[in-house]
Amino acid sequence: MNEIMRRLLFLPEQASTFAHDVDNLHYFVITVTMVSSLAVGLTAIAFFWKYRRRHENQATPFVAPTALFEVLAISVPLFFFLVWFAIGFRDFVKLSSPPPEAMDVYVQGKQWMWKFAYPEGPNSIGVLHVPANRPVRLLITSRDVIHSVFIPAFRVKMDALPGRYTEIWFTATKPGRYQILCTEYCGAQHSKMWGEVVVMAPEAFDEWIKEQQRGLVSRQDVLADETGQVTPQGSLAQWGLQVAVRQGCLRCHNVDTKEPATGPSWVDLYQQQIKLTDGREIVADEAYLTESMMEPTVKVVAGYQELMPNYQGKLSGAEAAAIVEFIKSLRSDRTVQAVGGEE
Amino acid sequence: MTAPITTAGVPPAGAVFPKKSYLNDGTTIRSWLLTHDHKRIALLYLVAVLIALFLGGVFAMVIRLELLTPGPTIVEALTYNRMFTLHGLIMIFMFMIPAIPAVFGNFFLPIMLGAKDVAFPKWNLTSWYVYIAGSTLMLWGLITGGADTGWTFYTPYSTTTTTNITPVMLGVFIIGFSSILTGLNFIVTIHTLRAPGVTWFRMPLFVWAVYATSIIQVLATPVLGLTTLLVAAEHTFGFGFFDPARGGDPILFQHLFWFYSHPAVYIMVLPAMGVISEVICAVARKNIFGYKMIAMSSLGIAFVGFFAWGHHLFTSGQSAFDAGAFAAISMLVGVFTAIKVFNWVGTLYKGAIAFTAPFAYICGFLFFLVFGGMTGVALATVSLDVHWQDTYFVVAHFHFIMVGAVIMGFLAALHYWFPKMFGRKYPENWGLLAAGLIVLGFNATFIPQFLLGNAGMPRRYYEYPERFAALNVASTAGASLLAFGFIIIAIYLAISLKYGEVAGRNPWGSRGYEWDVPSPPPTENFDAVPVFTRGPHEYQDVPEELAKVGHAI
Repeated sequence: MNEIMRRLLFLPEQASTFAHDVDNLHYFVITVTMVSSLAVGLTAIAFFWKYRRRHENQATPFVAPTALFEVLAISVPLFFFLVWFAIGFRDFVKLSSPPPEAMDVYVQGKQWMWKFAYPEGPNSIGVLHVPANRPVRLLITSRDVIHSVFIPAFRVKMDALPGRYTEIWFTATKPGRYQILCTEYCGAQHSKMWGEVVVMAPEAFDEWIKEQQRGLVSRQDVLADETGQVTPQGSLAQWGLQVAVRQGCLRCHNVDTKEPATGPSWVDLYQQQIKLTDGREIVADEAYLTESMMEPTVKVVAGYQELMPNYQGKLSGAEAAAIVEFIKSLRSDRTVQAVGGEE
Repeated sequence: MTAPITTAGVPPAGAVFPKKSYLNDGTTIRSWLLTHDHKRIALLYLVAVLIALFLGGVFAMVIRLELLTPGPTIVEALTYNRMFTLHGLIMIFMFMIPAIPAVFGNFFLPIMLGAKDVAFPKWNLTSWYVYIAGSTLMLWGLITGGADTGWTFYTPYSTTTTTNITPVMLGVFIIGFSSILTGLNFIVTIHTLRAPGVTWFRMPLFVWAVYATSIIQVLATPVLGLTTLLVAAEHTFGFGFFDPARGGDPILFQHLFWFYSHPAVYIMVLPAMGVISEVICAVARKNIFGYKMIAMSSLGIAFVGFFAWGHHLFTSGQSAFDAGAFAAISMLVGVFTAIKVFNWVGTLYKGAIAFTAPFAYICGFLFFLVFGGMTGVALATVSLDVHWQDTYFVVAHFHFIMVGAVIMGFLAALHYWFPKMFGRKYPENWGLLAAGLIVLGFNATFIPQFLLGNAGMPRRYYEYPERFAALNVASTAGASLLAFGFIIIAIYLAISLKYGEVAGRNPWGSRGYEWDVPSPPPTENFDAVPVFTRGPHEYQDVPEELAKVGHAI
């Protein structure tokens, strides 16, 4: 049944856990649409036949709807629409809530290519390797205009916004190769901004990432950006430390102790519940950390002053990702190890 | 000085063309270009929007021909991107928005209210000149500046593009004023110029629809004006409103843009709904089923339409709560539309339906509105939109509503009111043939596009993967059929203008107030202030003029 409907509707293959949920709702919606349209259409045709004009001077009786008709005309469509909404919103909330154990991949769009970077170090252009049956979270940003990551076979899509991180997650179910398309118009080569997801068996993926780490030296030019700057060998977090040193972040943020300095300490900051000067409580996730680099005065942690300069335009998307990854690595149980990487 | 008006006393056969009408009250070009007569201004608008429809249609055909093959076909990538920008901007700002309100609203609103003219005739003419000035500036900017941003102008692409978009933004800004002026004029006219007997709930439903439309035009258009100015300022002077590299927020633009552009959909479709309410009564010769429900649902759509814009931002990183709230509100638009559909079908019940070209367009309209509307609700179903957002499914959906429903409404209005506006009939057989071709052509063009969207083809693609080829060929074939239908209409209507059979005052036997004046109407519409003693959609008794023939029911 699923297969018949999928082919009838020209839907791509279902290669993620969402694909089934989304398609089932799709089938339900399209069935309701078809049945109700058919009912309306057949009623109209029946009326047209039965009440066709029989002679030129025909008059007609005055007919007005009953209260029952009015109630039904409102409540029946409302009921169906709300059912669609309830299912759709439930699935959407699931789609917007990555599980904590999800593997992270940083995605950066630029005119007109996709770059993927793994916290463990390897990175690539155009091809995203992910393991099957493990949740993967994409942390997406753009270096220039808005792009959008679309993987039809997974039924997921998320815009890539310059200066911000957005996130989406999926669990791929079938090893194979699937197309990535850009779905936000971004200029002359928009229709050629394609990429590919390679879904590998989990063991094969672990093997692959180890191999990538060994081969990093020969691949280190891959993340070079417009400044000609080259990702140093090693993990994204190690590179993040170097960027932080160069940008002077560590003059105000402690990374070896939880003691506050001019700014809050970075140790254990990631995923911490923090209080802002305006009284709100938020969780320090990737989006918040990136925002704090790009627009530091928007959400200031309670007890600190608005001193931090704006790094918009000074940090590339990849560098911001590296710093976030560095902050994520700073957990009190692992601090020594991370800082140990400093030259 | 009041004289009751009835539909009695006009000979049905051998009608003569009135010697004096608004058409020959002054024959110089000057008398047309400086006219304050709402009917002449309506014709000025008609000429302008038909030129826009032609231009937009030509660009659409270039797009469809380019997409005939997966690789480059007839134009280059940059030209293609300019083509869809031109197509979108012309069709939306120069055709769709003014098409029904400024042409048929201008012509019939005062007559339907029993008035001599709109409340502010000079403003009315001004708004046409403002529209022409804005359109000229926009077109000039598009052609010389080569804007390639799409009609949505998403930042920071639009503010950093090397093409010159400033004149385009200013053109859109100026056209907006024309829209506001027309809307305000109509609101004041409806409030102040209703003749004795035309109470609020005896206004023709077309007037209700135009009233709801005008409210949206007056309230929403200023936001568009503001937004286009900000984009132009950022592009020209480098202010950082929307570009994050200059400290701006690109999503702020999307909120501002859709705050206008979502209600703008209702600016386009509400008048079409009003036309259908009028025409369906005349062709079914039947009172409208649920007058108040139809009238109030127009206002409901206008109101709720202001709070649905966020459903364009489901994949822009908007919070899940916002997405849910906007989705739920969007569902209400679907409910109001469903109410209208049920009431139109109900109108056919116990009617006396004549199968004419306007009725064919009603059938087309209902089909496109039901499918376009249901797919709209489906798109607002948050998780489904994640797959469909920015794919051809969205393109097909809004073309079903904006091209399907709105153009069906426009063509229904053009055929239904043609005898009133020009005093002559069009050939019914050719009308039915063209209507059939157009309904078929629309379906053949856009149903494959729904499936393309399902398959995952993104919009605004110059080249596409091989697997989308077959459906694109089908879509292009359908578009050719459609173009053919339009050419037929253009030919027979042009011929009918001069050689059509003289229509007489009321060839449809309609009870709408506008059929109480001669065809074409005299400049003053009515000799004296009319008094309406019946509603505009009442068909309970035998139409007087036909009753004279003497058949019993």
